[in-house]
Amino acid sequence: MNIQPPDLTSAYPEIFLLVMVCVVMLADLVAGEKKRYVAYYLSHFALLGCAFLTFTSFSTETTYTFSGMFVDDVMSDILKLMVYGTVASVLVYSRSYISLRGMYTGEFFSLILFATLGMMVMISASHFLTLYIGLELLSLSLYALVALRRNTVTATEAAMKFFILGALASGFLLYGMSMVYGATGSLHVAAVSEAIKSGVMSHEVLVIGLVFIVAGISFKLSAAPFHMWAPDVYEGSPTAVTLFIGSAPKLAAFGFVMRLLVEGMGEMVDDWQGMLVILAVMSMAIGNIAAIAQTNIKRMLAYSTISHMGFLILGLISADTNGYSSAMFYTFAYVLMTLGTFAIILMLSRDGFEADNINDFKGLSKRNPWYAFITMVMMLSMAGIPPMIGFYAKLSVLQAVLAAGFVWVAIVAVLLSVIGAFYYLRIIKLMYFDAPESDAPIKPSIDVRVLVTVNGLAVIAFGLFPQSLMALSLFAIEQSM
Amino acid sequence: MLFGLPLLSLVIWLPIVVGLVVFATGSDRNAQLARLIAIAGSILGFLVAIPLYLQFDSALSTMQFVEHHAWVERFNINYFLGVDGISMPLILLNCFTTPLVVLAGWQVIKERVSQYMGAFLIMSGIVNGVFASLDAVLFYVFWEASLIPMFLIIGIWGGPNRVYAAIKFFLYTLLGSLLMLVAFIYLYQTSGGSFSILDYHQLPLPMEPQILIFIAMLLAFAVKVPMWPVHTWLPDAHVEAPTGGSIILAAILLKMGGYGFLRFSLPIVPDASQYLATMMIVLSLIGVVYIGIVALMQVDMKKLIAYSSVAHMGFVTLGFFLFNAYGLEGAMVQMISHGFISGAMFLCVGVLYDRLHSRQIADYGGVANKMPIFAAFFMLFAMANAGLPGTSGFVGEFMVIMGSVKVSFWYAFLAATTLIFGAAYTLWMYKRVIFGEVANAAVEGLKDVNKREFAILAILAIAVIWLGVYPFPLTEVMHATVDDLLAHVAQSKL
Repeated sequence: MNIQPPDLTSAYPEIFLLVMVCVVMLADLVAGEKKRYVAYYLSHFALLGCAFLTFTSFSTETTYTFSGMFVDDVMSDILKLMVYGTVASVLVYSRSYISLRGMYTGEFFSLILFATLGMMVMISASHFLTLYIGLELLSLSLYALVALRRNTVTATEAAMKFFILGALASGFLLYGMSMVYGATGSLHVAAVSEAIKSGVMSHEVLVIGLVFIVAGISFKLSAAPFHMWAPDVYEGSPTAVTLFIGSAPKLAAFGFVMRLLVEGMGEMVDDWQGMLVILAVMSMAIGNIAAIAQTNIKRMLAYSTISHMGFLILGLISADTNGYSSAMFYTFAYVLMTLGTFAIILMLSRDGFEADNINDFKGLSKRNPWYAFITMVMMLSMAGIPPMIGFYAKLSVLQAVLAAGFVWVAIVAVLLSVIGAFYYLRIIKLMYFDAPESDAPIKPSIDVRVLVTVNGLAVIAFGLFPQSLMALSLFAIEQSM
Repeated sequence: MLFGLPLLSLVIWLPIVVGLVVFATGSDRNAQLARLIAIAGSILGFLVAIPLYLQFDSALSTMQFVEHHAWVERFNINYFLGVDGISMPLILLNCFTTPLVVLAGWQVIKERVSQYMGAFLIMSGIVNGVFASLDAVLFYVFWEASLIPMFLIIGIWGGPNRVYAAIKFFLYTLLGSLLMLVAFIYLYQTSGGSFSILDYHQLPLPMEPQILIFIAMLLAFAVKVPMWPVHTWLPDAHVEAPTGGSIILAAILLKMGGYGFLRFSLPIVPDASQYLATMMIVLSLIGVVYIGIVALMQVDMKKLIAYSSVAHMGFVTLGFFLFNAYGLEGAMVQMISHGFISGAMFLCVGVLYDRLHSRQIADYGGVANKMPIFAAFFMLFAMANAGLPGTSGFVGEFMVIMGSVKVSFWYAFLAATTLIFGAAYTLWMYKRVIFGEVANAAVEGLKDVNKREFAILAILAIAVIWLGVYPFPLTEVMHATVDDLLAHVAQSKL
């Protein structure tokens, strides 16, 4: 018997990262209390190395390995590069926050890197089980990250909630996958798609499986009505972890949805389209309306995320290249805006002070006009006001929705965005129209200053010239689907 | 072209760049520098706009000074600029008003001067962009972007209830414009992937979508004009805004709504416009008559002028939907003239407010005894607001009334009541504020206008009288475009 070893080249970034996680853990052990920065810089090096490997192996060809369980295509490469960039920014933004709160430890970095590995596996999976493994690697690391400050009650509570609901959602997902397996006899994404296309499978079983899968996905995306965990987890987690949960995993979740729903069950579009419309409308309604009542900015941003996920899902309902690339562009825009907003919250926080109440933004324009300006740009972008990137994200999604003929959905979406604009404006109002309550100096380190500025300017620059990012999304989808 | 530079881009981006420079001067220690850069930039902005008029070929009805560059290829969005006889005068009006606004805030604004001046300059560039855009998305970007500086101007430098007014202003306008965006995307789909407004003008559309598009755009433009019954944000915004904000709001931002009707509603959905014309005329007439009566009852000068703005803009929308040359041209003249007059009126109130910090009519009386020069200027503008022949206020109103006589006597009759109401509320206010005995000690201490205020008022006075006596330079440039628009609207697109 001749066993063919799998061709590992397309999985080099994942393998490299796995090795680096072990190195980070060991190095941190050796370096000890005084030299925590070793883990920090090694993590950056790991991400840089991954980026290098992904970038150099970039090709427009789609390659499968591990008996077709793992895929390397344009979409996966682009999403992975975005994930590296996002995670690296998260590390930069979080550094001073975590070092003031006793979280500047090897565990923090290794968990973040494990989660990153999970995301990469999700993005590159072409088998339902690989998808599941990636998802669990990500989720378990996140549960641990939330609970990292085990002495704080809120963090522990958030972690418990997150874990129990997350496990339930994973269960849903697995159950749905088993249904699909029962109906099609395979868990390979391509084989499932073929089997559904052949039309001989029991449609009922498939639909039941689909319902469970969509429920699981909605949980991971925090789309209503499976959103209840998000506000509590966002509020309870240390802000650095909230930033992480709110940003990079959404990129992975987008890849996850594309692999499962579009590549695997694309033939059942008539069945899932209706579900997604309901999810999207509910998310936008609940997210935008509930956010108005929030006084905790992390909670408010959780609801804002829910409404953004509604918009992202909206891009998928047209079920064509145009819609998928719009959703991908929306994901990029969302991640960029979330990073910038949380960076400001992290910047305002000090030792023993979380800056998570919206009133902590009062008079920011007097305390520091530049950061107030960046926050304003983020808020306007989230509200979808041009010339920020958020406007083009909404424009391209709305265009896809109208092209698919869902005029009423588009109208509901814009009406709900007007409601959403209110709570973003309230932050601007607090920063610009009110007097400051504290005059504590805002003195972030130079790397944070530079990155926040780049982040803020990127939101404007991609708003003025969105073509490159839009073309990139379109290219990724066209090459991969 | 001006020295090889594209004129329209210059008119748009010069004020924005100067505005950013003004921002960069930073804190109030450099306030005087910020003021000087702002005034220089705004005057320069006006100077570069003048060739638009001089090099404009008024015999043509097509777009002139056209600039066309690919911008977002993914959705075929272009950086597509051009002006015709409708948009060019509005750009000039905007560039003309900006230096006056900068001057008006010269001494009054003492806090965050650089942000105040910068916001106005950026606003000026953005508004020019609104009037010059020929691509729907580009238009929309400028249209929405104009909300941001105005939101901040009202919210930061406004009166006691400024937060409420600023948020109301923003959300009201946003609601209308987002539905317009949906209409644009719908047109993009039906036209086979084009955002060019000129393509939309030629696009055949069945009646049902036409009506829906008309309604979506109506919400955007009616809120901005503002038409009754969506005018309620305007008095709030005006009362709370600083003087400069009120001037820009009344003189420029309201014109964006009127311009929208001419550039979008009428030519893109002509059949729906004809079909719904009666409704529009009725709404406009309610605006003219009912708001006129409401204005009569006001005790706050700024609120009174705000309501008078609504009434005058009712004349504008009335003129649009009469579908004849008198009505349309009259409405255009009325827009420009209202820009001068309402700006001047708000400025006059601002002059009083800077001295006594009150806008209540009851707090004044006998101002003429202490401020004779000011009283004379105020007299002129009040008369113009009431539509006195010889001032610019008369020309537009007269032409619109002429136009409505051709359609129906009763339209003309109701429209003409504004001459009575307008005179009543303006002159009654004038009488209570300016004439009579000196009312109280505060009025006793008033000082007449200084040189700066005199200069602004004099410039506006010249404009008002010139346009009233000799409106030909204005009507000449818009004539061909208006005729062309009417011919276009008369053709069915079904």
